[in-house]
Amino acid sequence: MSAVISDPVEATPPAIAAQPGGNGVVGIVPVLFALALFFGFLSLGPEIAQGGRYFWVYEWIPSQGITLSFMVDGLSLTFGLLISGIGALVLLFSNTYLAGHPQYGRFALFLTAFMVAMLGLVLADDLILLFVFWELTTVTSYLLIGFSHEAGKSRRNALQALFVTGAGALAFLAGLILLGFAAGTTRISEITAAGTAIHAHAFYLPILVLILAGAFTKSAQVPFHFWLPNAMAAPTPVSAFLHSATMVKAGVFILARLHPSMAGTDAWLWSLTTLGAITAVFASVLALRQTDLKQSLAYTTLMALGTLTLFLGQESGYAMTAFATFLIVHSLYKAALFLVIGSVDYSAGTRDANTLGGLGRAMPITALAAIVAAMSMAGFPPFLGFIGKELKYAGALAVASEPVLVAGAVLTANSLMFAVAGIVAFKPFWRPGGALPKTPREVPWPMLAGPVILAALGALFGLNPDILERALVAPTVLSLTGSENEVKELKLWAGVNLPLVLSIATFVIGGAIYAAHRPLREALIALDAKVPSLDKGWDGFMDALKAFAALVTSAIQTGRMSHYLATTFTTIAAALGVTMIVRGIPDVRTAFDGFTWTNVALVALILVGAAETALSKSRIAAIAALGVVGIGTALIFIVFGAPDVAITQLMVEVLVVVLVAVVMLRLPPLSSQPTKFRPGHALIALAVGATVSLALLAVLTAPLDLRLTAYFEGASWTEAFGRNIVNVILVDFRALDTFGEVAVVVVAALSAVALLKTPRGGK
Amino acid sequence: MNSVILRAGTRYLATLLLLVSIFMLLRGHNEPGGGFIGGLIGATGLILYAIACGTRDARAALRVAPETLAMVGLLVALGAGLAAALFGDPLFTGQWLFIGPTEDSKGLPLSTVLVFDIGVYLAVFGSVLALVFSMEDEI
Repeated sequence: MSAVISDPVEATPPAIAAQPGGNGVVGIVPVLFALALFFGFLSLGPEIAQGGRYFWVYEWIPSQGITLSFMVDGLSLTFGLLISGIGALVLLFSNTYLAGHPQYGRFALFLTAFMVAMLGLVLADDLILLFVFWELTTVTSYLLIGFSHEAGKSRRNALQALFVTGAGALAFLAGLILLGFAAGTTRISEITAAGTAIHAHAFYLPILVLILAGAFTKSAQVPFHFWLPNAMAAPTPVSAFLHSATMVKAGVFILARLHPSMAGTDAWLWSLTTLGAITAVFASVLALRQTDLKQSLAYTTLMALGTLTLFLGQESGYAMTAFATFLIVHSLYKAALFLVIGSVDYSAGTRDANTLGGLGRAMPITALAAIVAAMSMAGFPPFLGFIGKELKYAGALAVASEPVLVAGAVLTANSLMFAVAGIVAFKPFWRPGGALPKTPREVPWPMLAGPVILAALGALFGLNPDILERALVAPTVLSLTGSENEVKELKLWAGVNLPLVLSIATFVIGGAIYAAHRPLREALIALDAKVPSLDKGWDGFMDALKAFAALVTSAIQTGRMSHYLATTFTTIAAALGVTMIVRGIPDVRTAFDGFTWTNVALVALILVGAAETALSKSRIAAIAALGVVGIGTALIFIVFGAPDVAITQLMVEVLVVVLVAVVMLRLPPLSSQPTKFRPGHALIALAVGATVSLALLAVLTAPLDLRLTAYFEGASWTEAFGRNIVNVILVDFRALDTFGEVAVVVVAALSAVALLKTPRGGK
Repeated sequence: MNSVILRAGTRYLATLLLLVSIFMLLRGHNEPGGGFIGGLIGATGLILYAIACGTRDARAALRVAPETLAMVGLLVALGAGLAAALFGDPLFTGQWLFIGPTEDSKGLPLSTVLVFDIGVYLAVFGSVLALVFSMEDEI
């Protein structure tokens, strides 16, 4: 993984002189929309805090039992407020950050669409509906990561995120369908209301594995973590919104959503605890290794996701309270810090940790917001992060199985977090740095609003934790456990206990790591170079896939008509022949009545035409002979009383002759040499002729089932007012089929026209 | 193909074929015919014209691009199918209107089925012509 990922938007931030609110209506409307949503959610707050829930149900596909059903409870309200609130601030920030960007309208549309999809995901009360929104977030995230689509790296990283999360989503869908099947309903509120009944079901393990595959790819847990840091190719506001506060938490969200019914088994406990702990530690080590501030933050996001997963593995009230609190804490400080990095990049022209320094004097407000947010991240009192950290330790110590291991993992991760907070938010502002590409200045107010408000909330909730506890944490814990008594009190001073001791240990170890971070980083970079990276493995995998596709294509698509025809006819002969051998060669009818010389003459005409087509030395003659075959067939239809089919056959035959003649005129004249005998082709011709004849003769032995014919004969006039049954079937009884066929005709013709109009030698 | 006789004859033959095609389209519900056959016959008429006078003249005579005709046909057929929804029936259910019914006849039958068949006619007519014209252009 390269140390610095830079995309065009990031490399050339817009001019500092950009006006606040520089994109007109397109810039303002999405902000107002997000704000309206935020206050809408806020108005539901009091009812939710009382333990209430809102439902909204609309029948969508009644035949499949799929409803458009939404539910607001503590968990979805918490997510809804975070999504819409941070969304409003990020949109406000972007409007200035990308002021005057030629594609800002597109950007605002993608970001707003993502926000709506994400809100749908957290509010959905139906498994299938949830999946629809899940995929919508994947698609909008793909568009946002690849927003700077001129850069190859952006496109590659966007595709990588799409493939990894998309592959996980397939497993996820299978898991959801199985879950719906096992539970007998797709309504999430009904599934969770049934409690842990699902544990006993035979599908429990497959459901768990499939859903975890979806959740872990979406939330970038090890070993699927590699796409998230690459997703930082997106413009910084996108990273702040999608890849810290919202989308990557979708995986965590679904685990929390299903917690009441799925949690409590050994499989759940161990998979979530193990992978969560590994991700948390692994990511915080890698965060230290980065020199690009944005990459550092990306890895700390991984750490947070790992921690959240780890807590969801448990069932204790401490773990659940820790989950709910840390979810909010992390979103607040991480979004603030991402926006600060965006401001720094905008103002100073770089995000390199080694270069940046001394910005505090030029950007005092940004610096203040950064420090407050970072203190929350590092877990200093009196910020919310401190409470979150205390709860994390309490939650970790409450883990029944391996408290020491889990607490150790959390301690390691937190200490590294402390160091990274210093690197990201302290050093660039207050320590001397190198020469900056631009002279830094304070950013305009719309870019300050986000970091300042988010950081201030972290401090406010730290000083008054009971507001947060009553409004959001307690309802969320209620959603997770179904019990109001499980929530643990959020308080700044919990007395001298083990969590406090661990907190102090965090500060000491974290301070030491920060002091020594430069040599440590050098060592990590050296180590990283030796370890094979999953990201490189991804490239290798994709290259191999493309090479395999090219191999298969070149084997199948030779571009020679005779190969295609040989393949098609061999398949027909083989399919018929194998069926006959397996089922036994059917009785064929050999005696025919109604023998007339007309029939013999027609068959003779067709035979002569076919022979002339094959043996002719002139193309024109061959084409005309082919026409004879077709007209002979049309005559047979007339003899047997099917005028519609006969006319169609005749017209098609005429057109085929015209088309073939037009094409054939381009070909070189046939050689006068006698046509070479090709035994392989002769064999195929004989096999097709024999098997098709046998099949047709076999069909004649079975009595014809006339029920459908009788029905159409009866209904054609009385129900459809038509005497021509063929046409009535085409345009009335089977009109949908006809429509499909006509659509195929049109599409085929248009495709052929497009191919013909493409210049030769071009793509 | 530069043949005076063919060109002279084509003026009448192409007209006749187009008329027959419409005749076939309209009689289709009760006698052999219908939109598919009608579209093919109509296309043959203009292909004859294109062979005699060249595709440029044939396109000019058609006035509308054949691709457009094909797409319009598809839309007409779809519209006829969707119209059933307005009357509360499942999609593609035929809707009938009989104008001036008397004792012994039902009157002039008009229906979405006929509209659907006209759509099929246009789609087939346009598709075949689009294909043949662009192949002739290429040669």
